[in-house]
Order: sequence, then C-alpha cells, then structure tokens
Amino acid sequence: MPPFLKNIAKAVLPFAVLSGLLQFLSARDILNPYWVQIFQLACVVAISALGLNLIYGFTGLFSLGHAAFYGVGAYTAALLTKLYVGAYGDEAVFATGAVFLGSLLAGGFAAALLACIVGLPTLRLTSDYLGIATLGFGVIMKVLFDNADSFLPQLGGARGMTGIARMTGIPWAVAGLVAAILVIRNLVHSTYGRALVAIREDEVAAAAMGIDTFRFKVIGFTAGCAFAGVAGGLYAHLYTFLHPSTFDFLKSFDVLMIVVLGGLGNLTGTLVASFAWVFLLEGMRVALPPEYIEFRWVLIPLLLIVTMLVRPRGLFGVREFPFLRSKVYR
Amino acid sequence: MYALIALGYTMVYGIVRLINFAHGDVFMVGAFLAFYSVEKYHLPLPAVFAISAGGAAFLAVVIERMAYRPLRNAPKIASLITAIGVSLFLEYFTALHQVFGPNYYAFPRPFGVVTMEIGGITFTNIQGIILVATLASLGVLQYVVHRTKVGRGMRAVSHDGVTAGLMGVNANAVISFTFGLGAALAGVGGVLYGIAYPQINTFMGVMPGLKAFTAAVLGGIGSIPGAVLGALIMGQSETMTTAYLSSTYRDGIAFVLLIAVLLWKPTGILGKARTEKV
Repeated sequence: MPPFLKNIAKAVLPFAVLSGLLQFLSARDILNPYWVQIFQLACVVAISALGLNLIYGFTGLFSLGHAAFYGVGAYTAALLTKLYVGAYGDEAVFATGAVFLGSLLAGGFAAALLACIVGLPTLRLTSDYLGIATLGFGVIMKVLFDNADSFLPQLGGARGMTGIARMTGIPWAVAGLVAAILVIRNLVHSTYGRALVAIREDEVAAAAMGIDTFRFKVIGFTAGCAFAGVAGGLYAHLYTFLHPSTFDFLKSFDVLMIVVLGGLGNLTGTLVASFAWVFLLEGMRVALPPEYIEFRWVLIPLLLIVTMLVRPRGLFGVREFPFLRSKVYR
Repeated sequence: MYALIALGYTMVYGIVRLINFAHGDVFMVGAFLAFYSVEKYHLPLPAVFAISAGGAAFLAVVIERMAYRPLRNAPKIASLITAIGVSLFLEYFTALHQVFGPNYYAFPRPFGVVTMEIGGITFTNIQGIILVATLASLGVLQYVVHRTKVGRGMRAVSHDGVTAGLMGVNANAVISFTFGLGAALAGVGGVLYGIAYPQINTFMGVMPGLKAFTAAVLGGIGSIPGAVLGALIMGQSETMTTAYLSSTYRDGIAFVLLIAVLLWKPTGILGKARTEKV
C-alpha cells in the first residue's frame, strides 16, 4: 500500500470507528439523544480549544478574544446555509452536505481573515497588553453581534438568530475533531510549529535564529482562530439558534480555562479537559438534585481553583497520548 | 467611580503583575454589605462606608492568602486562571438563595437627591459625593504610597520583589496590605455605586470591573494617576457615546478607545516602557 493511502487510512479509521460506534449506540437507544448532543458539543468545544492552544499554548500569544472568532465563524456559516435554504428550499437535499461543508470552511475562513486583520496591528503588543486588546476586541464583537440586525436583518441581533438548519450530527462533529487533531498535530511538529514554539520560549532568541517572529505570530494566531471559526459553524448547526451572549468575553475565559487546565502546549490535556469540562457541566445538571442546581457554578470554580493549586502546569504537564507525539517519539 | 475600582487593579498589578479578575466581585460584595447595613440595621452613612471598605478588604486578604499566595512562584497563567475561578465562585456563590440571592435588589437611598448648580455646571449631590470620595481616596492613596513606610515597601516590592525581601521588606505582608487597600477602595466604590444606580445584584461587578481594568490599562497600568486619568476618559467617552450615538454601542466604544491608545502607546498613557533584558 502506498504511504499516502496508509496515512489516509490512519485518519479515516478512528473517525469511522468512533462515529460508527456512537451511531450504533444511539440507534439502539443505549445513549439517549441528550448525551449524544452533549458529546457533539464537547467535540465542538475541543476544536475551538485546540485552536486556542495553538495560539496561547504553542505560540504564547495571550488571547482573551477567542469566543469572538468562534462567533464570527458561527454567524458566517449560519448565514450562508440560511441563504442557501432560503434560495433553494429544502429540495436540493443531496447538495446540503456540500453546502454545509462549504459554509463551515467559509466560517473558518472568515474568522481567519478577521484574525489576520486584527492580528496585524495588535500582535505587536506583548503579553498582558495583547490579552487586554483581544479582550476588548471580544467585547466589541459582542456589541456588533447585538446590533447585527441593523445591517443584516437575518442575523437577528440581540434577539438571537433563528431558523438555522440542523446539520451537525455525530459524523460531522467527529470528522471535525479528527481533522482538527491531525492538522494541529502535524502543524506543531512541522518546521512552522517549531518556529511557533521557539517564539513562545524566547522571542528574542527566536529572532536571532532567523525566525521572522512577527510573521509567525500572525500565522499562529490566524490558524488558531480558523479552528474557532469552524467550531462556531458546527455549533450553529448543532443548536440551530445563535445568541450574542453565547459569544461574550466570559466564554473566551471558558476556553482559556480548558486550555490551561489541560496544560499549555499539550494536546492530550486540551482534549481531555474539553470533554471533562462539557460533561461535568452537563452531568451536574442531571446528577445534582433540582433544588441544588445553582451549586453547579459554585462547585466548578472551586474545582478549578483546587486543580490550579495542585497542578499549576495543567493536568498532563508535558505527557501526551502516543498518537499526538512527534513522529520521532511515536 | 471607575477610578476607585481601577485604583485597586492598578495597585495589585503594579506589585504582583496579576490581573485580579476577582476585583469586580469584591466591589459587588462591598455594595451588598452596604445594602444590608442600610436596609436591615439602618446604620449611618460613615458606618456603612467603614463596614463595606473593611469587609471588602478582609475578603481580599483572605482570597490572596488562600488562592494567590500558594501560586506566587508558579507560572503566571495559573494565578490568572485562579483569579477567574475566584471571580466565578464569588458571583455564583453569593447568587445562591442561602447567601445574597439571585434577584435584583433596590438599594435604599440614604438621603434625597438634590440638584445643585455651581458656575454653570449642573450636578446632583450624589455626583458631588462620588467626586469628593474619589478625590479623597486618591489623596489618601498618594499619601500612603509616597509618605509611609508601607508605601515605601510597596514601591520596593513593585520594583523588584526578591531584592526588596533581601533588604528586609516583608513582601508577603506588603502584598496582603496592597490587596486589602485596593479592596477597601472597591468597597467604597460599591457603596457609591449603590447610591448612584440604586439597583444591585451579584453579577453587577463584572462589567464595571472589566471597564475599570480597561481604564487602568488605558492610563498605564501600575500608575496611580494613570488609573484615575484612564477612568475619567472612559467615563466621558461612554457618556458621549450614549448621548450622541446609541446606548447599545456604549460597551464597545471604551474598548475601541483602548485598542487605539494601546497601538499608539503600548503601555498606556502614563505607563512606563519596560525594556526587555536579554
């Protein structure tokens, strides 16, 4: 078998096994639809968190505006499919998959384009100042989403965007996650990835080694935001409703917490933390008695603080699952 | 008003380089303490200020001891995440029915609103009190930082914590004191907020906290006059946006301003540039 076929098989196999298994379990009613939806949400969150890990964990750019890019992707993708359904109705069903894929990619592209525009001036700032500038950008985007209906009525503004086709299913979510993992794994172990890590470790030294630091910072930032955009598109077509409050700066903190909990520059940690985060949050909804449901958000920060006190470098430190390691160590 | 909260941010950041996200929630606790002391116990205004400032300071010192001190030598991001965690915890814990409860509460006005006019500027007595309290706190702060022994310690730790420790400054005590002082100002801010906008709930600290922090960065973080200057600019620009554009854009304009200033002067208006040593 030629090597490229082997590589394709390596990527398709986990996708097929995972999504097949989940489809089977849900078809047999072993998993109820609620948990299937939560699983998809976890995949979406993981894609977005992997993007932020690329930005903050690998390149060391402190970004507090991730949810804004997630939102841009979500609104772009949702608008495109909505326009398509509006123009052709539901009749051209055979093409909707392709349209959905196209709008997801367009969402990612829109987020990347915006990241590039925002990044070119702001990435000259350092550490905390970059964080504040991106945080400010997040708040500005939230305000724009709130007022979006004044320039494009389909976006709904502060009332929220409705009428989005429900497209995201298990295969889409799993495929997105597998693709994100593969792309990011291969990226961080490439020469590009090494340049990004070098910038994180010491920008001056990286520049001295001939790395165009500013260019690579923009590349890292743009690429990470593109993942947020794709994740946003998946989210929009999972819940079929978008509201600006889903994309405010507090949601950027959520993603940041996931990345830091998992460990900066650690893909295993991000994956595990994303799933743990989503399932914990939703699991507590079921596990806690109804009168204590408000305790959810009391317990989570406590858990977060304790985890940070016990493991300040993240859950996994520098250990990775074997398939996420560099080829040299695999 | 923003100035009082911004001062706390800028002091803490100046000393331990930590964005203390829980600061806005300390402000909220201050407002609630004032609410209870007015509503339930009908205390006079000076006592209300003292309780809020003292309670907020106590809370901040406890937070610092429990959550931030163990992480002082860990990567900076760990304390930042802890700060976010503390912030969320305070918001949702106090929103429980057993604590303050999740509703909006009407803050009782301790006195009537009187409109005055001096030299063509119209203002209410509440705005007057806020202005006086802000200026008074700023004066006290300048005195503490530049004229007292603790203040000298604060400046020394801010400059270089380890060396200050070697020179006999008790860095931990100084840092605790800074947290307490900043929180006391936030507590005063909380009372003033309650008087000015008579509606409080446990999430009220989020947006003022964020904007106060922005104001601190705008003015140059770590600089006390900068925080006040930044807060004044922020307050003015928000009022202008509400008046001339639309109130829906109000939250955005402050940050547009912030990004513009950061691009022009990356360390804020009155901030000092730090050169990176190799």
